[in-house]
Amino acid sequence: MSAPDAADVVRGRFEPGATEPLIFELGHPGRANTYFPNARALEEFLPAQTLRPDLPLPDNSELDVIRHYTRLSQRNFSIDTGFYPLGSCTMKYNPRVNDAMANLPGFRDLHPFAPDELAQGALALMYDLERYLAAIFGMAQFSLNPAAGAHAELAALLIAKAYFAKKGEGAARTTVIVPDTAHGTNPASAAMVGYKVVSLQSDARGRVGVDAIKAVLGPDTAVCMMTNPNTLGLFEDHILEIARAVHAAGGLMYYDGANANALMGNARPGDMGFDLMHLNTHKTFSIPHGGGGAGHGPVGVAAHLVDFLPTPVVRKTGDRYALDFDRPESIGPMRSFWSNFAHAVRGFTYILANGGDGLTKVSQLAVLNANYVRVKVREFLDTPYDEICRHEFVASAQELKRETGVRALDLAKALLDHGFHAPTMYFPLLVPECLMIEPTETESKETLDAFVAALRSIVEQAKRDPQAVLAAPTTTVVGRVDETRAAREPDLRWKAPA
Amino acid sequence: MYAPHTQSDIRDMLETVGVASLEELLRVPDAIALGEPLAVPRGLPELELQRTISAYAAQNDAAGYTSFLGAGSYRHYIPPVVPAIAMRGEFLTAYTPYQAEVSQGYLQAIYEWQSYVCLLTGLDLSNASVYDGATALAEAAIMAVNATGRRALLVSPAVHPNYRAVLRTYARGLELEVDELQFCAEEGTSGLDSLPALLAEKRYAAVVVQSPNFFGCVDVPGDSTRTAIEASGTVLIGVVAEAMSLGALVSPADWGAHIAVGEAQSFGNPVAYGGPYVGFIAANKEHMRRIPGRLVGRTVDGTGKLAYTLTLQAREQHIRREKATSNICTNQAHCALCATIYLAAVGATGLRRCATLNVERAHILAERVTRVPGFSRRFGAPVFNEIAIRVPDGTSAAAVLAGLQERRILGGVDLGRWYPQLADSILMTATELTTDGEIEALTGALGAIASGAIGGHAAPISGEASVVRA
Repeated sequence: MSAPDAADVVRGRFEPGATEPLIFELGHPGRANTYFPNARALEEFLPAQTLRPDLPLPDNSELDVIRHYTRLSQRNFSIDTGFYPLGSCTMKYNPRVNDAMANLPGFRDLHPFAPDELAQGALALMYDLERYLAAIFGMAQFSLNPAAGAHAELAALLIAKAYFAKKGEGAARTTVIVPDTAHGTNPASAAMVGYKVVSLQSDARGRVGVDAIKAVLGPDTAVCMMTNPNTLGLFEDHILEIARAVHAAGGLMYYDGANANALMGNARPGDMGFDLMHLNTHKTFSIPHGGGGAGHGPVGVAAHLVDFLPTPVVRKTGDRYALDFDRPESIGPMRSFWSNFAHAVRGFTYILANGGDGLTKVSQLAVLNANYVRVKVREFLDTPYDEICRHEFVASAQELKRETGVRALDLAKALLDHGFHAPTMYFPLLVPECLMIEPTETESKETLDAFVAALRSIVEQAKRDPQAVLAAPTTTVVGRVDETRAAREPDLRWKAPA
Repeated sequence: MYAPHTQSDIRDMLETVGVASLEELLRVPDAIALGEPLAVPRGLPELELQRTISAYAAQNDAAGYTSFLGAGSYRHYIPPVVPAIAMRGEFLTAYTPYQAEVSQGYLQAIYEWQSYVCLLTGLDLSNASVYDGATALAEAAIMAVNATGRRALLVSPAVHPNYRAVLRTYARGLELEVDELQFCAEEGTSGLDSLPALLAEKRYAAVVVQSPNFFGCVDVPGDSTRTAIEASGTVLIGVVAEAMSLGALVSPADWGAHIAVGEAQSFGNPVAYGGPYVGFIAANKEHMRRIPGRLVGRTVDGTGKLAYTLTLQAREQHIRREKATSNICTNQAHCALCATIYLAAVGATGLRRCATLNVERAHILAERVTRVPGFSRRFGAPVFNEIAIRVPDGTSAAAVLAGLQERRILGGVDLGRWYPQLADSILMTATELTTDGEIEALTGALGAIASGAIGGHAAPISGEASVVRA
């Protein structure tokens, strides 16, 4: 793409619906803000050959910076502006008090190498958060070290690998069992520790069958990775038999906590026989997604795996807290510093705000909302597993597609025109033309009714005038993007015009 | 509780669903039903909640101390414009921009982030960010392994010890071999002179060098070393743990890096006791299909209008599952946004000035500290904003740091924590925030501690380490 003339860039920018220029196209050399005092010349301190000859970044006035990013912010969907029915993503309200607490100077300005005795509040908070998570999910201990859910999965599988190595079974145990309802990160994480993935088909009820799992268990089994409720939103009611079979084969049970919002105060992975688990604090405990991160992924273990947790672990001796790095069996650290600490503060604040009674209610109402939407949606779309669901459910547009040519993707895009975000689509893979819907507990009955009405009207329109649905979205700042071109002619960065 | 349900809502909704109670709705087999309330205290109203959490924050006494801590986490000035924009709900509470039509703003901001990383590192392409500097290094190592088919890595001992530890964690999973170079104790550099011989076997997928290195020293390969790296087909991974240095020092591409990784916390993100931060990966275009995580590309919509979208997703876990380039799923979008807004606000002029101030403050710090009898610079190489200071004979870094702490100064980190042979050295950091008054307080305290220790008086220092050893 050729470089536009700078004056044209700014003129065109204020027209309604205009494309916002790049920050690089807006700047003018020397249009600098005064944040820093004058400094002496670099050459006084450093040899010339260590210094960079140029720094090709734009200079913009602060007002132009504010206008630019404010305008970008307005070209976005967000929880604060609308409803996300995104299955397995738990897009609940993000209370602002969590951010206010994370931003307290005592937390925000605390350096990770501050001596433990001067960081007692931070360490106590991490310790207490670990204890609460252990109580809520029935594990012996948690580590707050991993940076996100997939990162915690990796930590958990490294723990499993270290555990089997210590037992002398490291060479033998090389496979991980992953049901077809699992999240994509599960097999990818398994590959990162050199494990082979054995995929397991769900049964007609959408569950992992006890006989099916017994058929793939063996002396090579390291870990069985499951989530409960699974990604169809169904509770794995034979989980105890499954766990017994995996344990009898010498394997470990791993719980993917992406769907933990359905469980609190009702059932605990630890009581279901899981040995390892992760949580997505940014889902269950309301940390803002921030456009795709940062996340926060505590990893929890049963008593026999505590020694393998990543370093450091917060240790309490009397009433003093310390970071404990001296753990010879540990898998080692997973990231630069101790934790995504600001997110630990947010999650902890959320837990204290709700309390045990409130968290129990959170899960109950998340399940109520999902079932409420499910029974309304099944009036006009197939719901292949037609029974009480947990926090989410799946619908299928396969029949609609056969009738009208309108696919799950088209329904999702049409929802954007109605002011709703798209549901999760084409996942889990075993449901054709899948729409996976998770309303969360923070949405009101009126919002859910409005969403159902929008989806219903789109399905009706598809039957009447499929072309109109196929053309959606038409009210967004851009229409459907040319993803093929994006992949074939990758343009991943701005370059200065030649 | 943030749920909006009234009792009558719950009744109506249960009736619609056709069940009698919430308990019935959530029934699980008796054997696993939790038969008791959660062992978590009752919920707090927001006013009491703020009091409770603030009491934790108030116990972090470090807040009142003068600090020369750095070592991978840096206190820098954050213009208020950064949080003012980044905390807008439309950014903060947005999901990953998979639905491009309603995510153009965030996608464009990430495209700008990728561009900034390329401009600063001098490399061709960058991704939407990864967890932090250490994991960026681990992911880059995996890229190099996949590019070369070799399964060993050669790492400078002057790479941040936490980064090396994380690399080893990942390497154990993938069963990769990690070797370390010999350290040059005079200069404080990586001992890169021995590289050509080590690379001749073509056994290493990558050689990993950090500059400025963990000791603050400029540490880049010379021409003959670079020639040997190229000749052996080894990937040179350049680590930048202090992104602020990119405002002043030669870019990783210019010193020969094929992949540059590092930590951009310094751009608009607070130290926050270690996270969240924002790792970056930039690479030559030959690595495009090996780079992990999310990538934003510029394209058009159906009408030809300019549009942004996540692209090259065939590399990613949600499509490729076990064949993905990485299991990485999130990026640090919001931290990267803060960094992008920071870079936009300070611009080239501000970034260069801020980086220059860091150099200036660090050199003033070094000059003043080494005027205190007994204290000297540990290494000879040029530095950016950190400096290794050797303490007087007869005492130790740990003892001096403990003495400073009694005087409400955090003097830096004890290098003996990771390098037993450097137990006589402290890594001190100065940034644009470091004032003359703070430096004066430090030198005054060092003078008092040194005269106490050297004079053999009852030293105010017990020799007890002030940090837990890694």
